[in-house]
Amino acid sequence: MTMAEPIVAAPERRAASDVAAPIVEVRGVHKIYNGDVVALKDINLSFEEGRLTSLLGPSGCGKTTLLKIIAGLLEPTAGEVMVKGRKITGPGPERAFVFQDFALMPWATVLRNAAFGLELRGVPAKERNETARHYVEEVGLKGFEEKYPHELSGGMRQRVGLARALAVNADVLLMDEPFSAVDEQTRRKFQEDLIRLREVENKTFLFVTHSIEEAVYVSDRIILLSPRPGRVNNVIDLDIRRGDDPEAIRRDPNYLDTVEEIWRGIKQYLD
Amino acid sequence: MTIYGYRIPMMASLIVWCILWEIVGRLDLLLLFPPFSDVLVALGDVVNSRSFASAVSITLYSYAWGLGLAIVFGVALGFLMGTVPVADRLLNMWVNVFLSAPLSALVPVIMILFGMGAPTVIVTVFMFAVWIIALDTRAGVLHVPASLLEMARSFGASRWTTTWKIVLWAAMPEILAGIRLGVIRGVKGVVIGQLLVSIIGVGALFTTYSNNFLMEHFWALTLILFAFALTVGQLIALLEARIDYYAGARS
Amino acid sequence: MLSANTTAQKLTGDSQPQHAAPGLMARIGDRPVLWRVLSLALFCAVWEVGARASGNFAFPSFSQTLFAFLEMIGDGSLFWAYGRTLEPLVIGVTFSLLVGIGTGVAMGLRRDVEWLTLPVFIVMQAAPMAALIPLVTFVYGIGLASKVVAVVMLSLPVIAMNSYKAVRNTSPSLTAMCHSFQGSRWQQISKVILPEASPMIFAGVRLGVAEGFSGVVLAELLITPTGIGDLITYHRSIANFDSMYAVIVSIVVFAVVTVTLLQLLETALFRPDKRRSK
Repeated sequence: MTMAEPIVAAPERRAASDVAAPIVEVRGVHKIYNGDVVALKDINLSFEEGRLTSLLGPSGCGKTTLLKIIAGLLEPTAGEVMVKGRKITGPGPERAFVFQDFALMPWATVLRNAAFGLELRGVPAKERNETARHYVEEVGLKGFEEKYPHELSGGMRQRVGLARALAVNADVLLMDEPFSAVDEQTRRKFQEDLIRLREVENKTFLFVTHSIEEAVYVSDRIILLSPRPGRVNNVIDLDIRRGDDPEAIRRDPNYLDTVEEIWRGIKQYLD
Repeated sequence: MTIYGYRIPMMASLIVWCILWEIVGRLDLLLLFPPFSDVLVALGDVVNSRSFASAVSITLYSYAWGLGLAIVFGVALGFLMGTVPVADRLLNMWVNVFLSAPLSALVPVIMILFGMGAPTVIVTVFMFAVWIIALDTRAGVLHVPASLLEMARSFGASRWTTTWKIVLWAAMPEILAGIRLGVIRGVKGVVIGQLLVSIIGVGALFTTYSNNFLMEHFWALTLILFAFALTVGQLIALLEARIDYYAGARS
Repeated sequence: MLSANTTAQKLTGDSQPQHAAPGLMARIGDRPVLWRVLSLALFCAVWEVGARASGNFAFPSFSQTLFAFLEMIGDGSLFWAYGRTLEPLVIGVTFSLLVGIGTGVAMGLRRDVEWLTLPVFIVMQAAPMAALIPLVTFVYGIGLASKVVAVVMLSLPVIAMNSYKAVRNTSPSLTAMCHSFQGSRWQQISKVILPEASPMIFAGVRLGVAEGFSGVVLAELLITPTGIGDLITYHRSIANFDSMYAVIVSIVVFAVVTVTLLQLLETALFRPDKRRSK
């Protein structure tokens, strides 16, 4: 594991030294709400292809705002976001969003929900249902295709949200605290499943969380944001072996030390 | 609800409608609408007439009595339904029936039983307002958080103390919401009651105006009633907003 | 993600579908039939005993009213009256549905439409629109037109306001979801906003129909006695109180049954997301 020094001036230099090519680049992004609330201040980041990067920080650090800007759901006040080398102007087919509150349509079945991204693109019903069925199965909901969201538990609903994002075959998955609305046990299971999922699906993940353990457990890299105004505080590259036994990670001294270190860094921002 | 909030720029569009009304009236496009300015002139006439003073007093008198009775009876009924399951099962159906029934059809019955005077109007106001107050109170009582009741019990509060110190206050947002709706329905009741009785108060004025083809006066009186309805609704909304701070904390 | 299947199945066991507070009529529907029959019987008994005890000529007992009702069904006068009454009601409510839902949805979708028309509907909903009925008679005479206008005046505001609130209260997260998958504005409206708003719009239709009944009865009592209003006025004038009571009870029951049927239809149509209907 390597602790990077606090980023002060040149995140681009760091990015350039990395092996993988950046698929998402954030350049000089500012976000100001209501004229005077500075949610994000001068954010410069790049995200490499195929990696899982977490945006971590206490509430009010603007991590969700940043993710929504990358998703194209929010407009930055200044700066720009490049995806695959092109400046974004809104949501695009190369990105898919997983919502904190799941954002499932209560009047539609699991299958229709999972196929909704494809439905919006005008994919014929037979084809999109086939694709959705595959991903519903992959997230572990085989047999629930015809159920409605209110018949599912919170964890299962988020699996539908995940299947929907996977079904559109985007390169980048943007996950906004996807596991925060589910209970602790389900959450652990989810984290393990996410690691497994990465072995099957070759995608870039951007993952927002307020849980240090979760960030350290699932990420290749953690971007630590500090609040008021939200800015990049630290970038931590992790080198934790994610082998056959997902449980082993939680006992890895490396893992425990990193969690401790991040906690010490974050503590000063809490009231 | 944002609609009772102070969105002054939005309400400003009413001015546009008034101007439109004036134009329609001036051009004689719709018989229903005399020029708005003429209505405003008639407003002075209406307000200064002797019969108006008596109409106002009888309207306010019946409204206050009817609404007062409805609040007392409605809250009590709601409490009964919220706390006694048997009462709830027997009464719930009727409360809901009266809530969606065309109550104006009952006014002839009320007229027969209570005569052609203020008592009929009072009962009409009561009938219009009471059911929604009872239903909302019931909902409020039923939705008191179980943890609050357990807290009271764990500190040894009696049932009586719990009702007065916990349930009443915890249910207050719903009770007030019910009263606000009751207030608005009550205004409709006081108008419909007097229209049907037609020989007292506002009803008598309407009859006079339509017998003498005084369109402008008719509209002026209607506008006064509208203003009255909106004002009482607004006042209750203000009261509700003051209760909101802890109602918000509860959800 | 292979073993997740079993976890998922286990989880369904303890995840009950959530039920929010049921709608007004649903609360009646939830009661066992027994309680409703008991409640009904109790009401009739109180009426019967109360009327007999009071000895008031103007307060006929339940049984007298029931006989009068059967008599009026026998001579067909009730059917004829309902035929006349339903005409302005159906025309008026249909008009209110088309215009009310249309304007309500437009107000919910567009800020400029909202700015222009919402205050008018707020005033119409809070104000005693019944006060305008004599005015309408004054202008449009005592025919069908006046009665239709009366029905529209009472039923339109609640339908429009409910449609507006339904559209305005759609979940921002769902519209954001649709946007994030590059849904067009039209797809957002047709696939997310309208389906989500429809239970509440329908609830507004139900309330509008209830108001429409009120409107048509008021119109028939105030404007010119036709249909039900005629029966009420006529029997009152000849002091035939049991028949008058029977007519009034019948219209109340008719209205309540219609509204209850609409409520049942509402739950049947929007069953999967029942919890969302208010």
